[in-house]
Amino acid sequence: MDIVIIQFLNSIFYAAILFLIAAGLSLIYGVMRIVNLAHGTFYALGAYVTAWAIGKAAGSMNIAVLFLLLPVGAVAVAAAGLLIEPALFRPLYNRPEEYILLLTFGLLLILEDVMRFLFGGMPLTAGVLMDSLGSFPVFGLKYPTYNLLVIGIGALAALCLWAFVYRTKFGVILRATSQDRRMASALGLDVRRVYMLAFALGCFVAGLGGAIVVPAQAAVLGMGVDALILAFVVVVIGGLGSLEGAMIGALLVSFVRTAGIQFFPEIELAVLYLIAAVVLLIRPTGLFGKV
Amino acid sequence: MMNLLQPGAEGVSVGRSLALALPVVVVLAVVPQLIDSYQTQLLTYGLIFGIAALGFNLLLGYTGLLSFGHSAYFGLGAYAAAFMVRYLGVGSMELYILGGLVITAVVTAAFGFVCVGYTRIFFGILTLALSQVLWTLAYKFFWVTGGTDGIRVPYRTMTLLAGAVDFSGPRSYQRFIGAYYYYVLGLFVACVALMWVIVHSPFGKALQAIRDNETRARFLGIGIRRYRWIAFMISGAFTGLAGILWVPLNGLVTPEIVYWPFSGEIVFMSVLGGFRSFTGPIVGAIVFNYLKTYAVASTEYWQAALGIVLVILVMALPTGIVGAVSRLAWRRGAESGGSGDQP
Amino acid sequence: MSLLRTVKLRKYFGDTKAVDDVDFTVAKGEFLSLVGSNGAGKTTLVNLISAFLRPDGGQILLEDKDITYASVDERLRAGIARSFQLVNLFDDLSAFDNVALSIFSRERKTLNIMRIADNDLEVRGEADDLLSQFGLKSKRNVLVRGLAQGERKLLDVAVAYALRPRLLFLDEPTSGVSTRDKVQIMDIISSVVRAGNVTAVVIEHDMDVVFKYSDRIVAMHQGSILADGTPDEIRRNEAVAANLLGLSAHG
Repeated sequence: MDIVIIQFLNSIFYAAILFLIAAGLSLIYGVMRIVNLAHGTFYALGAYVTAWAIGKAAGSMNIAVLFLLLPVGAVAVAAAGLLIEPALFRPLYNRPEEYILLLTFGLLLILEDVMRFLFGGMPLTAGVLMDSLGSFPVFGLKYPTYNLLVIGIGALAALCLWAFVYRTKFGVILRATSQDRRMASALGLDVRRVYMLAFALGCFVAGLGGAIVVPAQAAVLGMGVDALILAFVVVVIGGLGSLEGAMIGALLVSFVRTAGIQFFPEIELAVLYLIAAVVLLIRPTGLFGKV
Repeated sequence: MMNLLQPGAEGVSVGRSLALALPVVVVLAVVPQLIDSYQTQLLTYGLIFGIAALGFNLLLGYTGLLSFGHSAYFGLGAYAAAFMVRYLGVGSMELYILGGLVITAVVTAAFGFVCVGYTRIFFGILTLALSQVLWTLAYKFFWVTGGTDGIRVPYRTMTLLAGAVDFSGPRSYQRFIGAYYYYVLGLFVACVALMWVIVHSPFGKALQAIRDNETRARFLGIGIRRYRWIAFMISGAFTGLAGILWVPLNGLVTPEIVYWPFSGEIVFMSVLGGFRSFTGPIVGAIVFNYLKTYAVASTEYWQAALGIVLVILVMALPTGIVGAVSRLAWRRGAESGGSGDQP
Repeated sequence: MSLLRTVKLRKYFGDTKAVDDVDFTVAKGEFLSLVGSNGAGKTTLVNLISAFLRPDGGQILLEDKDITYASVDERLRAGIARSFQLVNLFDDLSAFDNVALSIFSRERKTLNIMRIADNDLEVRGEADDLLSQFGLKSKRNVLVRGLAQGERKLLDVAVAYALRPRLLFLDEPTSGVSTRDKVQIMDIISSVVRAGNVTAVVIEHDMDVVFKYSDRIVAMHQGSILADGTPDEIRRNEAVAANLLGLSAHG
């Protein structure tokens, strides 16, 4: 029973992270019709920057301040996005979508090595944050309190994103542009600015995922590439361009993964990809998607 | 009008293509006599990737489908050969090719059947997902596939040409590299010739029609799904053959060759050479192979180097090397009083 | 004897009755113009007959064979072909390749993988011949994206014609073309079609063109047939005059 609770909590924890990555991917696709292959790498970048910042500051500041440093990774990634979109993506909007896809692959290669250059090949941790919160008992076992914080942040982020997209003026603009770019432009919306901000937001969310996971899980090279595939699975199941889909998909994938690792470790990933393939066959737009 | 390097252009004739191809084949046949063993090996890899890219581009350049899962077929070929070594004790290259092609054919038929119902981004993601299924199987079922340690495919116990050529005895490695180069070259020439006929056949024209205008193709009576499926299988077979040829040279097969970034490399090769031309992907594969080898040797950050090349390519040179060269040649032709048609 | 007729053919888009219980006939060998203002239902009718859309009710009979729900392929084999209003060609293939492809498809040769297309002299000859008939011989090797609008419209028709249909639907074959070129294009189309004994239904907005070339005119309005008759009869028809006024010069 206690194992079940632990695994349940783990699933939600993992789902929170996955949701953040997938939501960003979905947002960027929904608004800009771009599949960003470097998206996982942005997640990794967020993890690295946050781990690095916390590592640098750990000796000299107290724990509460260190917590405030958590979002640093997300901000850094968003800033990178603000530079990348106008410089690299904008010139390609009139070309077939395959070109940008290829460009993001190139971006992935570049960013992976940028991270290696900046942060070296060794894993970076921010474990001090996790340790500081200690653990709480679950039926005789101990569970890290930090994970609950992650779940909380994930839920908060989901709420904020939802509110932003569906309740703010910019959210309306975002949705309008995603549905009909030409129409939006004809109505006087600055599509270029919308794209730039949408991309930055998508990057921010991915970076946030990396930032909040790193105290629990060290930043390692290659984490982005692995994360991207899972994010893809989430988005395929949940639906490209859908926020609710990203959430449901993340929960589904997370639970299947956790159960799989527990009971069928060899094929848990294979099962996941197969589920994605099956969803693509039955309902290509995903459970909630709009293409 | 554009020269024979552009798919679909008129004026293509067997004679002219042979005239252009023959000197290249001669050069390729002579080159190993002039370079050392390492360079020969490098060029062999280039030819092998050329076959892979050639197959890949049937889908992209000619049918308009961007597959992000071709590492699956390459890996299938490689693992098939490796399994034959490990579990059947087979040493004959011809048997590797036969067995590998059969396995690749079955899987590409299944994968392809599923994938060709979809286009553009969904096609890409589906091919990616399916290739990842294969990757996890290779990775996780380590007692069958050797996991990350992989399976060795030694050249010493291998034979070519139904046993006529073997590699036991002294200086076997040099002999292997030398003989294997010509073996691969022979298959390379055969593959290029075969693909050339395919893309210039009525079937090839139908594929291009499907690429250009699916609706009109349907209204001409061309069964879109069936043609794409056939193209998918041919494409997978070529890339699978490349995998089979690759593994004895590499000596080892690991799941990395099935992991999705290798699919990205195959795409990279085709784009580098120019996916809108017949020879582009071949040129791209050979150039990419040199590029990657020298990048890996020169810098720890070779991935970034390749990434920068790709970004520049996409932004400045979308028609790739061959496209740029033929544009240059066309412009020269126009300057000296050529035809009035624009490219 | 009618080659094709529809019986109470119906297509609704929500509340809009795009095609409303239409009884439409085409006699063998005639050159028929289908006219009407935008939204009258002409293109929808053609879409229904060419299997682009499925009807909500009614029947389509080709020489008394019911093809109402037949697939695109079945209708092609039965001899129905069409061109498109917005040019629908294979942009990165040459004019020759576009027409040749039609012929290959008609001859069921498109699954030939191991023969070189250009070496099929029969198909080549026929394609070249057709290009000449349509006045496109000089543009044989030009890619579609390099052709002028008028040439593309002609090619669009040629590609459909190359299927050697019994019944050819042409959707606004002169749209987007200058007035002077319109006449030239229609001259070519009508002479080729008549010489080939192909029954043709042409959707057209330009009434001058319509009166000049048609054997018979069918005028539609809001999903129904308004009038049906020879050019003279239609000219004298008041209902047509009322509804199609202002259409002639701006087609």
